[in-house]
Amino acid sequence: MRYGPEIVAVGFFAFLALLGTAFGVDHAFRQHMAVLAFVLTASLVVLLRRTSFEPAAPVDPNAYLDEPIRYGSIATMFWGVVGLLVGVVVALQLAFPDFNIEPWFNFGRMRPLHTSAVIFAFGGNALIATSFYVVQRTSRARLFGGNLAWFVFWGYQLFIVMAATGYLLGITEGREYAEPEWYVDLWLTIVWVAYLLVFLGTILKRREPHIYVANWFYLAFIVTIAMLHVVNNLSMPVSLLGSHSYSAFSGVQDALTQWWYGHNAVGFFLTAGFLGMMYYFVPKQANRPVYSYRLSIIHFWALIFLYIWAGPHHLHYTALPDWAQTLGMVFSIMLWMPSWGGMINGLMTLSGAWDKLRTDPIIRMMVAAIAFYGMSTFEGPMMSIKAVNSLSHYTDWTIGHVHSGALGWVGLISFAAIYHMVPKLWGRERLYSIRMVSWHFWLAMLGIVVYAAVMWVSGIMQGLMWREYDEQGFLVYSFAETVAAMHPYYVMRAIGGALYLAGALIMAFNIAMTILGHQRDEERIGGAMPTPQAAE
Amino acid sequence: METYTAMRHFADSWGLLAMALFFIGAVVFVYRPGGRKQADQAARIPLEDD
Repeated sequence: MRYGPEIVAVGFFAFLALLGTAFGVDHAFRQHMAVLAFVLTASLVVLLRRTSFEPAAPVDPNAYLDEPIRYGSIATMFWGVVGLLVGVVVALQLAFPDFNIEPWFNFGRMRPLHTSAVIFAFGGNALIATSFYVVQRTSRARLFGGNLAWFVFWGYQLFIVMAATGYLLGITEGREYAEPEWYVDLWLTIVWVAYLLVFLGTILKRREPHIYVANWFYLAFIVTIAMLHVVNNLSMPVSLLGSHSYSAFSGVQDALTQWWYGHNAVGFFLTAGFLGMMYYFVPKQANRPVYSYRLSIIHFWALIFLYIWAGPHHLHYTALPDWAQTLGMVFSIMLWMPSWGGMINGLMTLSGAWDKLRTDPIIRMMVAAIAFYGMSTFEGPMMSIKAVNSLSHYTDWTIGHVHSGALGWVGLISFAAIYHMVPKLWGRERLYSIRMVSWHFWLAMLGIVVYAAVMWVSGIMQGLMWREYDEQGFLVYSFAETVAAMHPYYVMRAIGGALYLAGALIMAFNIAMTILGHQRDEERIGGAMPTPQAAE
Repeated sequence: METYTAMRHFADSWGLLAMALFFIGAVVFVYRPGGRKQADQAARIPLEDD
């Protein structure tokens, strides 16, 4: 029977969720379990309607398993638009407090919704989909584990839905980028182990003797995130039927654990994983091998060895021991080298093919992404220097830095990868419209530039206002005055975000039309091909 | 010795040495004579499929 075990399992867990709805010890837990019961019951209905008793069609063990990747591409696009939209909403909430709608949609609950939606829902789906795509094509092997890849895809979507609804219901551990409560964390652990099995299994059964460097980066991302997630979320639930838990660590140890996790989420989720993307999709799109394969190996090991120590720079001038702060700063500065080595490697892959920048907006997007990787990995170490950090910490400068990395590097490289994959996955000759990619590119660039520049000005102004003393040693500005001074920048920031969102909406339309099999009738970028004339 | 101190001593002596040696070893291996040909072949892996 098709979906037999799945139907039994989903039905069983739907029933458990229903019990949780009835017997939960706190109101938020009961509400959350009701959401879970609804989602699982709906999934059960879909499975029951699609089941059949005919024998399953034989699977070609040599063909790539691409259907979860197709779903993953659509999910990436969907969550990307959702995450960016929530971002624009929270930006408007900061500029105009009336947009805070109590209790579910105020800034405190919407902000983790935004960060998790863009990092884990958009970025995570992009990483899972592209890693499955890349590992099969560079190992020349079908994904390991049969339907396990489907479990990873749907299990991850369930994690996203539970995390997102939990935030809106007010369920949170209050840990940066790790807000979901203990039961959602446990679920993600199971899904992540399955992901590791699929990825590692595929590598082990590869038919290509060498493991291509992109897979090293993806594997480092999967393994490290597993370790970070488990350690950071070690906690004791108050009740097995309750939505609250207490961390296993206390005080400054807890703070350091959180930023050890938090910064390595940046290092291994938002950097290593997307570097895997870069090392496959840039050579593919440019149709040239990576500039220096040996440099990419050095890039890999240097990044792995250095990143893990950089977390303490988030805790400068706190109760953290001074030596640990200095250690975090020194390792952050050393990270300049692998980051710039990687950037140069990515950019130089284009050497001899720079003319493609003019005619291929996807290449242009990749180059911009790599440039932003270079810029934000320059800015980050600079901000980790204690003297700079004393000005930048807790200000909007940090927010601007994060967004130049997230919108510029992570966003653009993911968009470019999706633009590259979708026509191939659906067997289309090309995208619906190449010119729309160009529109997307320029809207995104304009959005990032507005966003980052505005946050620099507002952040540095904020930092300077906070530390402004008069000749008698009194602070010149009250906190509320600094908030009022930032209002115009907050409005401009929302405009920058809206431009970026507009680009993503154009992409969503373009991708949808490509999937549906349409081609826009448009002039080629760089002018029409000259038609050969017969000699007189 | 308490666990924290013991681990700290291990981390900034043998642990540090082991990681530094591993890293230097990796660099030396990558740039060993004859490594270029293999690296150039590996770099072409993505271009040889579909």
